[in-house]
Amino acid sequence: MKLLYLTIVLAPLIGSIFAGFLGNVLGRKATHSITILGVLISTVLSLYAFNYHVLEGNSAFNQNIYTWLAFGDLSISVGFLVDNLTAVMLVVVSFVSLMVHIYTIGYMHDDDGYTKFFSYISLFTFAMFMLVMSNNFMQLFFGWEAVGLVSYLLIGFWHHKESAVEANLKAFLVNRVGDLGFLLGIALVLMYFNTLDYAQVFNNVNNITGITIVDDWSLITTICILLFIGAMGKSAQVPLHVWLPGSMEGPTPISALIHAATMVTAGIFMVSRMSPLFELSETALTFVMIIGAITALFMGLLGIVQNDIKRVVAYSTLSQLGYMTVALGVSAYSVAIFHLMTHAFFKALLFLAAGSVIVAMHHEQDIRKMGGLKSKMPITYWTSLIGSLALIGFPGFAGFYSKDMIIEAVHYSQLPYADWVYFAVIAGVFITAFYSFRMFFMVFHGESRVDKHTESHLHESPWSITIPLIALAIPSAFIGFYTIEPMLFTGWLESAISIGPSHTSMEILKSHFISALELISHSIVTWPFWMMILGVITAWIFSLYRTEWADWIKNKFKGINYILESLYGFDRFNEIFFVNGFKRLGEFFWKVTDAGLIDKTLVNGSAKLAGFFGSLIRPIQTGFVYHYAFFMILSLLFILTWVLYSGENPLLGLPF
Amino acid sequence: MSNTAQNLFQFDTSTLVFALPEIFLLSSIVVILLIDVFLKKSFKNITYYLSQIAIFITALLSYSLIGNGEQIIFSGSFIHDDLAAIFKVAMMVASIVVLVYSRTYLNIHNLFKGEYFVLVLLAILGMMVMVSGYSLLTLYLGLEILSLSLYTLIAIARSRANAVEAGLKYFVLGAIASGLLLYGMSMIYGINGSLNISEIAQFASGASLQSSQQLILNFGLVFIVIGVAFKLGAVPFHNWVPDVYQGSPTSVTMFLSSVPKIAAVAMLIRLLIEGLGSLQDYWSDLFIALAILSIGVGSLVALMQSNIKRMLAYSTISHIGFILLGFATGTMTGYGSAVFYVFTYVLMSIAAFGVVILLNNKGFESELISDFKGLSKRSPWFALMMLIIMLSMAGIPPFIGFYSKFFILQQVVNSGFIELAIIAVIFAVISAYYYLQIIKSMYFDESDNTSPISSSMDTQLVLSINAVLILAVGLFPNYWMNIALSVF
Repeated sequence: MKLLYLTIVLAPLIGSIFAGFLGNVLGRKATHSITILGVLISTVLSLYAFNYHVLEGNSAFNQNIYTWLAFGDLSISVGFLVDNLTAVMLVVVSFVSLMVHIYTIGYMHDDDGYTKFFSYISLFTFAMFMLVMSNNFMQLFFGWEAVGLVSYLLIGFWHHKESAVEANLKAFLVNRVGDLGFLLGIALVLMYFNTLDYAQVFNNVNNITGITIVDDWSLITTICILLFIGAMGKSAQVPLHVWLPGSMEGPTPISALIHAATMVTAGIFMVSRMSPLFELSETALTFVMIIGAITALFMGLLGIVQNDIKRVVAYSTLSQLGYMTVALGVSAYSVAIFHLMTHAFFKALLFLAAGSVIVAMHHEQDIRKMGGLKSKMPITYWTSLIGSLALIGFPGFAGFYSKDMIIEAVHYSQLPYADWVYFAVIAGVFITAFYSFRMFFMVFHGESRVDKHTESHLHESPWSITIPLIALAIPSAFIGFYTIEPMLFTGWLESAISIGPSHTSMEILKSHFISALELISHSIVTWPFWMMILGVITAWIFSLYRTEWADWIKNKFKGINYILESLYGFDRFNEIFFVNGFKRLGEFFWKVTDAGLIDKTLVNGSAKLAGFFGSLIRPIQTGFVYHYAFFMILSLLFILTWVLYSGENPLLGLPF
Repeated sequence: MSNTAQNLFQFDTSTLVFALPEIFLLSSIVVILLIDVFLKKSFKNITYYLSQIAIFITALLSYSLIGNGEQIIFSGSFIHDDLAAIFKVAMMVASIVVLVYSRTYLNIHNLFKGEYFVLVLLAILGMMVMVSGYSLLTLYLGLEILSLSLYTLIAIARSRANAVEAGLKYFVLGAIASGLLLYGMSMIYGINGSLNISEIAQFASGASLQSSQQLILNFGLVFIVIGVAFKLGAVPFHNWVPDVYQGSPTSVTMFLSSVPKIAAVAMLIRLLIEGLGSLQDYWSDLFIALAILSIGVGSLVALMQSNIKRMLAYSTISHIGFILLGFATGTMTGYGSAVFYVFTYVLMSIAAFGVVILLNNKGFESELISDFKGLSKRSPWFALMMLIIMLSMAGIPPFIGFYSKFFILQQVVNSGFIELAIIAVIFAVISAYYYLQIIKSMYFDESDNTSPISSSMDTQLVLSINAVLILAVGLFPNYWMNIALSVF
């Protein structure tokens, strides 16, 4: 099995290396064949691993492959932990990645950076595998940073565009904040457990429950919150979410792969992986839940006022990540992973469909300039419809099961403020339905607002784009129905996740569950269902039936509209407080401490000192052989004297 | 393994198989010398290729002998063990790479002669004898074969005054050092009556050692340490190093700065660890002094150099200091770290001189650091290679140079010499200056010369592999460290 796991990880890496270094030599066709082959191998083997671990129920694989460094008691290894949780993630990541690879053939067809792009996405796939298969914190961090790096590179892929460069810088900087917390969390783990290995940490976790640090902060809470700050950066939770909408500057395939399906869910995966730690801290869980609820509700609201097709989907991603985070907070880890999986499929689908529209529209992304595309792009239309229905949680579709379960789990949670959060996630359902179908109607229905020139060229996208759409639409529709029972209630993920005895929402959820089919019929009497229907109807009214009403509301509630359009002012606050503040601070350090103290005194001073000593010794090197010989003999005499006369029992007594 | 090896060689002197690499190389030298005599000048390439093949086969033979345990043959004067075999393979590989880099240079500077290659082969033979020497006499014999070949190699550019001067200087000082070493050996022999390393070890660790015997033993020890220190180029026996490095043709400098260091380390292990290991307390102190002096002088004086070969000479001295520091700890892991260090040093040194020699291929000897100006624009790939090499030499992770220093310092700290580690690190920081200076002039300085460096395909390829190895070994340091540890 070890070889199999190594192949899963290395196949995309090898593809990436070939594409990266030899892409120009090999040509486009060979490049995409090699990378797609690499990911295909990984996908097939991931499915095998999934079957082996999850379906056949074999025990988890946990083994160090290579000891990278060992110093003192600490050894840092490259190792794999493949259990059911990892297996699920492997299938999701590899499948979506494969679809995106194929999609890229069509989407990047005219781009000069074609081979480079393939190299990057394969590299990303490798990094993501490293992250999910890691069996220790160090490798997790490596994967964490590596996916961040590729994300950075890909957001700025069109680096001649100034907005793209700004966006990738922003993503980079905001993630540094999260990573700092993450790194501090790992450091605390290392400090108190003396190891970075998951299994050892989780086994000894009870030893640290009582410990407090600095003014009786609970250690475990501190660790969990610090780790979660890392997750907040990567999974774009408020207030570290500001980079994700900007990341839409990158090409659409990576928005689907990295900024919707896989990388941004790394935080969710990480917290689930760390469930033995998080379960010990009520405070941390409450914190996680509240941050998630804020993100789910308020980021969804922003989706309503966006007019860029990709940005609408981006805000919807933020909101859905909020839902997952809420699920983590109420200890429903398996539900979070379940939603992660369904979301990966339907959100990747929505992004790729948006990309398909963008290609057809010649890179026009404003939904106000679209409309009536239904007849021109039937495949894109129907797959988008499936994706949107899944997203809003229409009964039967994938998102319905996962989102419903999150809402129910919150309902049964005993955590403080859970009732408020329950309200927020229910309201979120209305908002989700509203912005999703507002976009859907504005793009595909109604009168065409497309300009004449584009309209004449409008046609369905090529097969390399439509095949991934269809392939993703199938799981978006059905996967929830088929996997809800084993995944949540009959123990696919049980072995990988631990839930504390006082956190009972999962158990209650289980006791209420009858069957996937029953959930559909039951949904008619639930709040989320009617909120969703209401949302769709509202969307229909404002975007198709009475469009002028939207303007009227906009004018009537100028204040709210202003707040939403300025994105709650996060960007402005960061600009004023952090950017300017750090500029000032930097200027101070530069002028006073760096230039004055360090450069003038320390650096130049010590350099002069070193140079002085150097010039002192240099004259020994006269170039004359007899000087050298003399020097050798002199040194010999000196050493001899030293050896013979030194020490407590000198070999020769002193002559006096 | 041992069975198959013996089947190859089915007569009563079956133990000869363990000296097969040496025997093969010696025969090849004779054959190549003969062939070369009858070759026209335009066919000298054949000598080059034959030499490369000979070294390669010797390497294969040495490699196939790994894992046969300890075999002492020729009446106890020759040893085969994993240390010998691994060291030999390392030396062969390094020599092959050196010759690849040298080829174009030798052609341009009119040094592409049969003698050159035969002398290199003879030097290698001498080093192999050093590595496998198990009596004072064989060790000395190996050293002299090496030294005499090197003296001649340096002076092979007869028309160049500074090459002849360098050869002569090395010869005179080397003769004094050899004399000192031999004097020390004679004292050891005089006191215990045997040349054999294991018998010396037995004698030196004997409890019934009289104080007068101990005195003579230590006298001998000092002379031997000095002989070895001279070969390694440790301060204060380093004066020859910068002058010889600068004066020699660059291809010879490259050879001189790399492969013989491996052999010298092997001789050090045979003489001081296997032979006089019981006197470790005494030679450890000496080594610490030599090491700190070497690191200090090497780092400080290199700052003032404008000639790249002189700068690298001082850098070598400082690296040697680190190697000695590893041995000074007196622990197995310390020795292993030192061996690891010498291998990585050779890897980096060859690569560095490989780039220097490329700059020389234009027909004039370009030896100044300022010749690196604007290299990133002229030949971005080579500039990148040099960047990797220099960062590695400065000891910046993740390159291999970091780990070799790290392992040494770790052992030094573990042995309780924290202040030594601090001093070494401070000097390492100082030495980073002159490595970074080269990077700075490559990437930030403008040059009038914008023509790219021309080079042959094989050099480019080997140099790239060499530099990539510096990175790759840095990513998997433990694997190589375990190999280095396995020789003890």
